[in-house]
Amino acid sequence: MIIVQDAAFDTGAEIKRLTDNNTQIGAVVSFTGLVRDFNDGANVQSLTLEHYPGMTEKELEKIEALALNKWDLTDSLIIHRYGKMELGEAIVLVVTASAHRSDAFEAAAFLMDWLKTKAPFWKLEENSSGSENWVKERSSDIDAAKKWD
Amino acid sequence: MKILYFAWLRTQLGMAEEVIELPENILKLEDLLEHLKARNAVFEAAFSDMKVIRIAVDQEYVTDNVSLEGVQEIAFFPPVTGG
Repeated sequence: MIIVQDAAFDTGAEIKRLTDNNTQIGAVVSFTGLVRDFNDGANVQSLTLEHYPGMTEKELEKIEALALNKWDLTDSLIIHRYGKMELGEAIVLVVTASAHRSDAFEAAAFLMDWLKTKAPFWKLEENSSGSENWVKERSSDIDAAKKWD
Repeated sequence: MKILYFAWLRTQLGMAEEVIELPENILKLEDLLEHLKARNAVFEAAFSDMKVIRIAVDQEYVTDNVSLEGVQEIAFFPPVTGG
């Protein structure tokens, strides 16, 4: 399932919802991305995420379908937020569930690597000085995504 | 046809979207880009380095000079930085 929302989410509650009453699941892996207080050497005060409604959902669905096709997953979940977020808030959640751990681990890593380079979101940082800065793409993210080609 | 702009492209151009009637001589994506750049210095500057711009046609990424026939929506945006 994919969810794009501005509201905060509870990682624990989401994992519980996904695993409850499904006793085929032997392994559940989750990744939560948080707003941290630095980027490229600058202090970050808060973050605003812009996205492309419509295309965002399409891209996330494509990415999830690829993972479900490539790995033996019982279930998966991607939640990605947009709008303004303060330090420490969760931005993104990926959960993968499988009978065994290796499929869940690999699929979670793939989902994050691919969504970072394909899902149309953009981060605007607000710095402590009051200035704003659009986050630039990282070559390390591009390299991470390429390894799944 | 609807054109969407996101992130710094949106702020630099001062608009999130616009609806344009395509002139008859604009058949392909490259034609549209030249048309937009010819508008004024702001558009010219925003589209001066296409290495930092991604394009989606009807919400699908494109990298080629595709035909605009039947296209409803084109989006221009910087490389994505979600996650």
